[in-house]
Amino acid sequence: MEAKRNGNDTDEVLLSVNNLKVHFPINRGIIFPRHVGDIKAVDGVSFDVKRGETLGLVGESGCGKSTTGRAIVRLEQPTAGTVEFQGIEMTTLEGESLRKTRRRIQMIFQDPYASLNPRLRVIDIVGDPLKVHNISSDKALTNQVRELLNIVGLNPNFITRYPHEFSGGQRQRIGIARALALRPDFIVFDEPVSALDVSIQAQIINLLENLQSEFRLTYLFIAHDLAVVRHISDRVAVMYLGKLAELTDRERLYKTPLHPYTQALLSAVPIPNPIAERERFKNRVILEGDVPSPDNPPKGCNFCTRCPAKTRVMNEKQIDCSQVEPEFRQAEPGHWVACHLYD
Amino acid sequence: MGPLLEVKNLETQFFTKEGIVRAVNSISYELNTGETLGIVGESGCGKSVGALSLLRLIPSPPGKIVGGEILFDGIDLLKVHESEIERIRGNRIAMIFQDPMTSLNPMMPIGRQISESLELHLKMNKKEARAKAIELLEMVRIPSAADRIDDYPIQFSGGMRQRVMIAMALSCNPQILIADEPTTALDVTIQAQITDLVNRLREEIGMAVIWITHDLGVVAGLTDRVIVMYAGRIVEEAPVEELYENPRHPYTIGLLGSVPRLDEERPEQLTSIEGMPPDMIDYPSGCPFYARCTFRIDRCLESPPDLRAVGPGHKAACIVDVSASTLPSSVIS
Repeated sequence: MEAKRNGNDTDEVLLSVNNLKVHFPINRGIIFPRHVGDIKAVDGVSFDVKRGETLGLVGESGCGKSTTGRAIVRLEQPTAGTVEFQGIEMTTLEGESLRKTRRRIQMIFQDPYASLNPRLRVIDIVGDPLKVHNISSDKALTNQVRELLNIVGLNPNFITRYPHEFSGGQRQRIGIARALALRPDFIVFDEPVSALDVSIQAQIINLLENLQSEFRLTYLFIAHDLAVVRHISDRVAVMYLGKLAELTDRERLYKTPLHPYTQALLSAVPIPNPIAERERFKNRVILEGDVPSPDNPPKGCNFCTRCPAKTRVMNEKQIDCSQVEPEFRQAEPGHWVACHLYD
Repeated sequence: MGPLLEVKNLETQFFTKEGIVRAVNSISYELNTGETLGIVGESGCGKSVGALSLLRLIPSPPGKIVGGEILFDGIDLLKVHESEIERIRGNRIAMIFQDPMTSLNPMMPIGRQISESLELHLKMNKKEARAKAIELLEMVRIPSAADRIDDYPIQFSGGMRQRVMIAMALSCNPQILIADEPTTALDVTIQAQITDLVNRLREEIGMAVIWITHDLGVVAGLTDRVIVMYAGRIVEEAPVEELYENPRHPYTIGLLGSVPRLDEERPEQLTSIEGMPPDMIDYPSGCPFYARCTFRIDRCLESPPDLRAVGPGHKAACIVDVSASTLPSSVIS
């Protein structure tokens, strides 16, 4: 296996997510609301993030990838499961201890237009975390904010400007500066480049990689774009309908994907090469239908309604995928998959 | 036989409080019968406004087509009476949009929305139109179409709504289908379903397609010829293989380098294009790409470069003779 880019030589687990569940209750009735069901946005997800690595989390809309990220930083309260950050159990933290731990975990959001307060100047946006955590005096604050802007590639003289004076890419840089202000160890990125044009997207991706090696950061990178995730991640987890389908290092996931969903997903990505793309077009695995609703996921394997390998499992393993749920297990060392084909 | 559609020096502007937004700056291109033409570019490059101008769908005010000609079947679409364009729109030239939810009427069953244009353009009666609508829904592979024809848009998923849009667009057997980012809002597995569908239908019906997108991957698989737009201008035009193999405009070269791709070894760093597109109100007098270009010379500032032939069917708007192999090493690093 190739050498890790980010000096991840220790294999120290920084964050450990265990059987995480986030269910949103569905209530009916206005005066006497009754609990009639749950949207199982995240339904039993387990993975580790090692210090210094980038773990990519991919999946389609509604698969629960963002909710997973939000639950880790406690923007959503998990229904069940544990999130351990360097030995600290995050899900039950409250008050001052939650605040202290949160300094070390930051989150960056998709929409650079919605995640910055339009009435605040850049110095207030980027400097606020420093104030909240009583880190900086007023004088030092200005200098620190200028330095942060410099780090993310913005003109330090822009500190008195407002968000509307910046483009989408620049706003995302402001969001990154704000996240870096408290010198975190771990950053959760929720689709940080999806709203940006490709030329700007490449600028931000390069910036994120440089920051990671400079500050020894650990990333959880949530995105739907498989090519972007391949570029930035050391390991990649694929999520489908609230559960992990597959998790392994980048090379193996993209070269030898095991789960039929990962295979279909990779085959569906159009590539910028006309000759190769026409070939792919012919051999493309086209999944039938849509993703089922997470308030009523299918019995057995959650992918069984669209899976092209279902009959193969029946023939080879005599397992009915629509009845028996596959376990998320290691098919080979370091390669986890939830599919009966590898039982 | 001449081209099916000929766009000459099309210019569209928006007159806003802040000033004149030069969205489309004198673009010219041709579309041949049965061919698929890709128009690529980033947000605000004028690709959608250019396409909307073809059918005179620019909201006015503030927008206005200030110049040019659009020749379709010997007539100039910019000169004919509104009633004439209404006969062409949705009938001989149809369009599908990015967001299928906002392009469908939420209060009307989808069958009714399809049969409406059949009654209007093809003079069918209600019964015929309904039968044809079911047939069209089957053609775009809506399962149990006959049962779903009275459903409302909200009862369909995003991918299914886009199928309904395609069924509507194809209802009158158009000669040209303009597809404006039709798969951008969809997940990649659904996108694969839709591109596959459009490709098959195009072969069956033999229509020409203008596919507008920012996704260089989608364009690669679907189109015969590609136009690259930047800041309201066409900067490069080439047959699809040629464009990807031998891009000749610095912007195209940068764009192709910016995309992380699944089919090649992962590069250490992506070749980003520094800076941002120009302000479309305070439009630069020279080459609009000058500020971000790694090949620039002083002469680029004199006037916006015209498209010139750089190979068979290959045009680029750059006065410097560039190709990916002449890329300065500073850019690659």
